[in-house]
Amino acid sequence: MNLVQMLFYVMAFITLASAIFVAVSKTLVRSIFMFFITLFAFAGLYVLALADFVAITQIVIYVGGILVLILFAFMLSGRETLDALQKQKNQFISANKVAALFLAAIFFIVLLNMVLKVDADHLPWITNAIKTNNVITPTSITTDNIGINLMTRYLLPFEAISILLMMALVGAAHLSRKEQTL
Amino acid sequence: MISLTDFLVVSAALFCIGLFMVVSKSNAIQILIGIELMLNAAILNLVAFGKYDRLNNGGQLFALFAIVLAAATTAVALAIILNVYRRYKTIDPNKVDKLRDE
Repeated sequence: MNLVQMLFYVMAFITLASAIFVAVSKTLVRSIFMFFITLFAFAGLYVLALADFVAITQIVIYVGGILVLILFAFMLSGRETLDALQKQKNQFISANKVAALFLAAIFFIVLLNMVLKVDADHLPWITNAIKTNNVITPTSITTDNIGINLMTRYLLPFEAISILLMMALVGAAHLSRKEQTL
Repeated sequence: MISLTDFLVVSAALFCIGLFMVVSKSNAIQILIGIELMLNAAILNLVAFGKYDRLNNGGQLFALFAIVLAAATTAVALAIILNVYRRYKTIDPNKVDKLRDE
């Protein structure tokens, strides 16, 4: 077991443990701050999958943007409702949670079965990629290639997503505006 | 090197944790966090397979697109949650059950 694999297992453990903590934590703020750690560990996993640019984007957009947005929304919705929600949640803790756990466990078994059956490391296109040396190695520089591909091969999805992002942000700003009589 | 199966197993586990959160929580913000977790698990798969596409960078680029889409989704969803809170004074999805205005 070399160092990379050990790092992968450490990162996977941090991700899974913090995600489980997010899922079972009673207080909302604690789970939001624990979600920070989950997202950072996700970025670490992306680095280990040799996608450094995606990892940086993950940190910038998710940790810097989305989580701050979630915290804002939490602070703008009142504290007393959240407390009432948590009190009420403790009452019927069993029935709802057991059903959800059952569903998640069954889904996990199905996914695991599928993953072990498909044997992803020996898919035809992956062996083909290894044969034609189309594999990202730890020393290769990918960011240049991503920029070139973004402006040539994937130009249409790039422009479409930029328009969609603008529409979504305008819509969000419009929705969260205070209603005023015209 | 790390095998693809490891990545797939980790992301399957994270997806199921997200699914558990979506089904069991009675707070819209926590459900949103669960959805984000599921999205991130899917993005992890894209990135892991993207390692075998050096020339076209298909996996990594679509991971980037998915991240941007997740940001847009979150912005709109939080705006909707704020509006729901303003109307109903609660963000429990079980309690928001009227379409008409009060």
